[in-house]
Parts: sequence; C-alpha cells; structure tokens
Amino acid sequence: MSLIWIVGLVFSLAFLAPFIDKRLGKISGYLYALLPAALFVLLIRLLPAIIDRHFIVRSIDWFPLLHVRLSFYLDGLSLLFGLLITGMGTLVLIYSGYYMQHYSMRGRFYFYILLFMGAMLGLVLANNLITLFVFWEITSFSSFLLIGFNHERPEARAAALQALLITGFGGLAMLAGFVLLGNVGGSYELTDLLQNGAVVKSSKMYVPLVLLIMVGAFTKSAQFPFHFWLPGAMEAPTPVSAYLHSATMVKAGIYLLARLQPILGGTDLWQFSLGLAGATTMLVGAYFAFTQTDLKKILAYTTISALGMLVLLVGMGTELAITAMVIFLIVHSLYKGALFMIAGAIDKTVGTRDIRHLGGMWPVMPIAAVATFLTLFSMAGLPPFLGFIGKEVIYDAKVQAPQIAVFLAILAVTANIFMVAVAFLFGHGVFFGKRKDPPKIPKEPAIPLLIGPAVLSVTSLFMGIYPAIITQPLVMPAIDAVNASPVDLHMKLWHGLNLVFLLSVITITLGLTLFFFRKPATKALRKFNQRYFRIEFTDLFRRLVENFLSFTKRHTEVVQHGYHRFYLMLIFIVSSLLVWYQLYHTRGWGFQASWEEIPFYLLGISLLIITSAIGAVFTRSRLVAIVLLGVIGYAMAFIFILYGAVDVAITLILVETLILVLFVMVIYHLPGYMPKYSRPSSRIRDGVIAIVFGGFMTALVLKAEFIKLSPPISDYFLKEAFTKGHGRNIVNVILVDFRGLDTMGETVVLVIAAIGVISLLKLKPKKKEEEE
Amino acid sequence: MSNPYSNIFRIAATKLRPLLLILSLVVLYRGHQQPGGGFIGGLMAASAYILYALAFSSKEARKKLPLSTSALLGSGLAVILVSALLSVFSGEPFMTGMWTTVHLPFGQELHLGTPVLFDLGVYLGVTGVLLTIMFDIIEIE
Repeated sequence: MSLIWIVGLVFSLAFLAPFIDKRLGKISGYLYALLPAALFVLLIRLLPAIIDRHFIVRSIDWFPLLHVRLSFYLDGLSLLFGLLITGMGTLVLIYSGYYMQHYSMRGRFYFYILLFMGAMLGLVLANNLITLFVFWEITSFSSFLLIGFNHERPEARAAALQALLITGFGGLAMLAGFVLLGNVGGSYELTDLLQNGAVVKSSKMYVPLVLLIMVGAFTKSAQFPFHFWLPGAMEAPTPVSAYLHSATMVKAGIYLLARLQPILGGTDLWQFSLGLAGATTMLVGAYFAFTQTDLKKILAYTTISALGMLVLLVGMGTELAITAMVIFLIVHSLYKGALFMIAGAIDKTVGTRDIRHLGGMWPVMPIAAVATFLTLFSMAGLPPFLGFIGKEVIYDAKVQAPQIAVFLAILAVTANIFMVAVAFLFGHGVFFGKRKDPPKIPKEPAIPLLIGPAVLSVTSLFMGIYPAIITQPLVMPAIDAVNASPVDLHMKLWHGLNLVFLLSVITITLGLTLFFFRKPATKALRKFNQRYFRIEFTDLFRRLVENFLSFTKRHTEVVQHGYHRFYLMLIFIVSSLLVWYQLYHTRGWGFQASWEEIPFYLLGISLLIITSAIGAVFTRSRLVAIVLLGVIGYAMAFIFILYGAVDVAITLILVETLILVLFVMVIYHLPGYMPKYSRPSSRIRDGVIAIVFGGFMTALVLKAEFIKLSPPISDYFLKEAFTKGHGRNIVNVILVDFRGLDTMGETVVLVIAAIGVISLLKLKPKKKEEEE
Repeated sequence: MSNPYSNIFRIAATKLRPLLLILSLVVLYRGHQQPGGGFIGGLMAASAYILYALAFSSKEARKKLPLSTSALLGSGLAVILVSALLSVFSGEPFMTGMWTTVHLPFGQELHLGTPVLFDLGVYLGVTGVLLTIMFDIIEIE
C-alpha cells in the first residue's frame, strides 16, 4: 500500500469522525483505535524491507513548476516515528474512548485528534520540504484546536493561542529556511538533499538557513527560550497531552533536526547552537519540574528536560550520541505516554491531580500503582528497564564527546539527579504517605484507562531485559538514517563496572538524597525561584503580544479609518500621481487620435455617455442619477458588442441591470429627500480628483495602444484554446481552464462577500433585539 | 399586504422565470464554445428569481428556489473543488482539464469535461451570491 494512502486514510477517518460519532455514540471512540492499530501492523510488516535498506519513495506532482511535490519517503527514522505515532495513537484512542465519553463535543474531539495524527504521519513520512511544512502547519493548528478544546475556559483559549503563535512563528521561519535550503541544495526532495550535504554546508546561505530552520524546530520542540508554551498546553484534555508529549507534536522538532543532521550537521554552528539550547532546556525543565505540584505540570517540565536532552544529543552528532538519541526517544515516549495516562486516570477517578491533595492511594488502586512504578523506574533510569539502558548510552556518549566531555557529563548528571528525584516525588506523592482529602472517593481507575499504562510499562520492562528485540530492527535503521551510513550496534543491559556505571550510581544516589530531603529542598528552591526567577515567560510573552496589538491598533486606526470615501480618494490620488509621474518620466506620449476614422454611431454613443455623465453629476434626484449611470453602462455594453466582445457585453448588461435594481432597493430605504449638499470646497476637491483620475485613465488607455509587452500572451491563448482547453470561446477557456485558479479564488471571494452581507444585514439587528 | 404591483408584471415574472432559467442553462453549457459561461448564466438565473421577488416577494421567490441561498453558495464552492480535485485522483496535477465525449442518440455529441463542471460551480456560486445579497437587501425592515 502506498504511503500516501496511510496519511489519506487517517485524514478521511478524521473527517468522518463527527458523523460516525453521531451514529454510534459512546463506543465509537474505541473503534477509531482500529485504524492506527492496523497502520502499526502495516508498518511493522515493512520493517524487513527497511532493514535491508530498501527505502520506499512515492510521489506525485503538486506544483511541478515550483518543484513542489507531494512526496513521501520511508526509511529507518520515519519508520520509527511512524511506529511511535500509530502505536501511541492506538493506546491514546482506547484511553480517550473512556476518558472523553461524557464530553459533549466528542465527535469534534476525534476529528481534531485524528487530523493531528494524520498530520504527524504526513510530517514524518514527507520527503519534500514543502510537503513537510504543510503537514507541520496542520499539526500546529490541530494542536491549537486540541489545547483550546475546553474553549469555555479562558485559560485554555489563552494557552492555545500562545502555543499557536509561538509554533506558527517558528513554522514561518522554518519555511523561509526551507526555501533557502531548497535553493542552495538544488531540490526540495530530502532524498536529493541528503546527497548534497557538502554543497549546502559550504554555501554562503548556510548560517541564515540553519538559524531559521532551528527556530522552527526549537519552537515546536519547546526549547529554551520558547519552552513556556508547553506547560500552558496542559489545558488540553489529558489524552491529548499524553499524545502530544509522548509521540507527536513536541517530537516533530526533534525529528526535523535528526532528519536534517546528515545535511546540515557536523559544523561548529550546528553543534554549538543545538548543544547550548539543548543543555539549557534540559536543566531548566528538570529544575522547574521539581517544584511543581500539578501532576501534569510536573510531567510537562520533565518533557521539556527530555527534549533538551534529545536536542543536545542530535547536536553532538557522534555515532554514539545519535544512538543515545534514538534509544532515549523510545524510552521517553514509553514512559511519558504512560505517566500522562496515569495522571489523567487519577484526575478522572479522584477528581484532582494536585499532588498536595493526593497520597496513600496505593491500597485502593494497586494496578495503577504497579504500572506507575514500573514506568517511573524507567524514567529514573533504574535497571532493568529500558530507561537504564538509555541513560547509560547517553552517559557513554557524553563521556566520549570530543572536547567538552567533563562539562557535558556534569550537565547530564545534574539534570538526571532532578529527574530521579521528580520520579520518586511523583510516585511517592500519589501512592504513599498519608491520604489527604481528595474530592472523590478513590478507587481503581476503569480498565480502558489502565490499558495504555500497563502495555507501555510492561513494554519498557521487556525491552530493558531483551534489548535485542529493538536493536536490530528499530534502533539501527533509525541511526543509519541519521548518520546516513550503516552502523553496527549491540545493546546490552549490563555493560560492566566502568565510568558510565559509576555516573549512574552517583545520579541515583544523589537523586534519592534530593528526594529524601524534598521538603527543605522544595522550600529553599521556591524561595530561590521567587527571588531570582520571578520573570515568568508566559507573562513576558503576553505583554509582548499585548503591546504589539495596541501598537497595531493605533497604526490601523490611522490607515484603516473606516471612511469609504477617503479610501477611494486615497487610492485615486496615489495611483494617478504615480501614473502621471511615470508618463512624464518616459515622455513618450505617442497619442495619435484621428477624428476622421471614428464612425458616426460611436460618436453618438460617446455623446450619450458624456451627456449622461454630466447629467448624473448635476441632477438633484438620486433616482435620476442612478438611471443615468445605468445608461452609461448600457452604452458601454453597446461599444463592446460593436467590437465583438459579446461575452463582456452580455455580462455588463446583466450586471448593470442588477446593480440598478440593487440601487433602487437601497434607495427605497433611504430618507426621501436629498440631504444637505456637501460644502463647495469639498465638491471642488472631489471634482479635481475625479478629473485627474479620469484623465489618467484616458491617458493610460490611449497609451496602452502603443505599448507592446513582448511577447503578447494573447497569441498563446488563441493558439492553445482549442487544442488544450477544448473550447472555441477563448474568454471562457481562459476563465475556467488557463486561469482557473484565479476564478476559483474569485468565486471564494464572492461567497465570502455574500456571507459578509448576511452577517451585516441579518445577524446584527437580531442581536440588538435580544439585548432589548 | 395588498398588491402594489401590476398584474402584467406578475404574470410576466411567472412566465419569464422558467424561460430565463432554461436560457441560463443553455448559456452555461454553450459557454465553452460560444459566448456564454458560468458567470453570465449565474447572473441570468439570479435575474429570474430577482424578477420574481420584485413581482411577488422575496419569501415567495425563496420558496421557488430548489436550494436555499446558502446551500447554493456552498454547493457552488463544492462543485468547483470537486472539478479541480478530479484530476488529482487520476494522478494529474491539481486542476488539469479532463475531457470525455458522450454520444447521444441522433448523432449528437456531448462534450463533458472538468472545466464545464467548474463552470457549473461558478454558475451556482454566482447565483447564490447574487440572490443572497438581493434577498437580504429586499428584506431589510
């Protein structure tokens, strides 16, 4: 099956979801899980081919002239991400089948989340940079809809907007970077660019394009200083958080960096910026996670930390670092997904997810407790979980880093100490200690809420004990794709007593120490935070946006004052001045008017037009003025007929008639007398503008006769209208075929105008009635 | 409401409506080869109903419409989108014109293609836009 169909299927299910939901009701949530499950199996079955390096490429032309293709590519890296997206997607959909069952807008929720899933799949499978960008933006706005899903809450709306503004801003920067990359590398296809890495790196545009693309990746993957949208995104329903954090949205930036590593990586700029951003983010996230009290917020900050770690590893770019990156990616997805699902399950059954109101849940929810602890051990990097292997490889990579090994190792150990402490804080705070007074009586969460955490925790335990099942088929092809060369890798649980193991022991010991002294530590840290970290990035961002908005408002009030006649005046004055200047500048008048050649009937029509125009200006009745304008229109239509433009003439006659009717109908509602005449000075002003503008139009038309833009496109239309457009009416062929996209846009504009009229005329008075 | 309009106008509007509609469809179909097309056709179709609305009332005219005005707007855009996407599904770039000839009895041939479908969308859209605006303005109280 083609890769295009994988993405297409998810999108089609997304669009059908509201209807399915209406038909099947509550159970429909579980049904949607079948699709990602099927896709997961399908991707697994593609594994052997990928291991043998038979990468799959499929593409169709989209805008061939711009080298934009809808093309897809499946190698080890996209396959790994595809498996994460579909696998986690299955579990999340099962989970939300229960979690969301009493929500009123369930159908809409599934529409959003499936749209999001489809976009993520498209993103990781895309082979063309522009295709990738399109899917990237779809993930941005579908996550906007998901984060703001509880849209009655102002916090949810604010968080959604914040996430959209930041990731959207990054997305635009990234698009600019992509265009530069496409120009420098000679193609938008990743498969081509992978061959051209050296060309790109030696180009002058390398620095700007890398920086632009990095902004995109950093905003999406919540790297410092763009990290603050991620905790805000906790306003989303929990299934969304679980999905966003474990497999999808925030990993998109990591995916992009890993994907581009063979093309852009290896330079000082790349290593330095990724290393700096990643290390900062890693520390900031781990540090702030420790002082949080909301379960979801704790998890959000640990995600930030993990993302920092991943970026740092991509930046290091050594074979070992990439290996660590891939393994840690899997580790993190497994534990973060499980923990979010548990946080949501606790919230659902107990009614709170504030750690200060929780505690002592162990006897009432043993299954959840076991799943949580298995997961937390993996997060803390304890043996025999996959998390342990992940941590070992990371330390190994850092210790063997070329220049700054000691520094990096210290950073990683510091961040991990906090991670260990947070993991224990989370587990202990919820399940042990004294039971506080939660809003609802605690009991074991429902089975569908526990399926995900159970599967994930057992998986990470199993993978920890038998790492070989993922090394060969999953990890190696992914590393292969990032390194762009095959690697040989053996993962083991036990590496023996060495420096790396010593670091592990130090981490766990210090983490446990921090955990045991948590009370004084949190107190001290909170005090420290209030003193030195009072700047909230969210507030800073809000103030930035507010200032920007008030600035634009002031600016807009000057330019968009709302007076139609001043707009027209401005347009007329500016355009006529520009044209007159140009005419003066070129000095080529070249007007040749020979009055003898004009046939008498044209002269008659012209006279009719001129007298009607004068009449329209001087009449005292609105109706007469409008009828006279109509006469001008009909007379012009007659000229069109004389010169063979029957189409234009018919259209003009119909439009004139309809405008006449429209005007009469509007006049009917106006007061029956003419209001006071405008002052003589303004009438003179309007007259001058009208004459200048009319003169410029006349000059332009006369001039147009003598300007030949080479070569005229009309010849092409004449020649090709019948052969290519199958029509003898060239005007129509141009409208519906050669320039069909324009017509499409115009029709959309017309429809929007009609909707605008509806809202102006119909909706406003109704509201007023309600107010009264 | 008493009858403020002449009966001649009313009878004319009643008889002209179907005539104008048929004419608008003819204009729409022949548009690709001879003067005509979706835009003009749409204007004509709208005129038929606006005439009717002037003679009777916009309410009566709305009743005579096969689709609501907003449905006309939507279907117009939908038809345009379908005509543009048909080529994508057969592996061609977006909006590539595709043609087929249908043979009718008596040796007649009907040339059908996505541009004609596209024109139909324009026809529906233009009719919808005009009628929406006109009816709404007539109905201002």
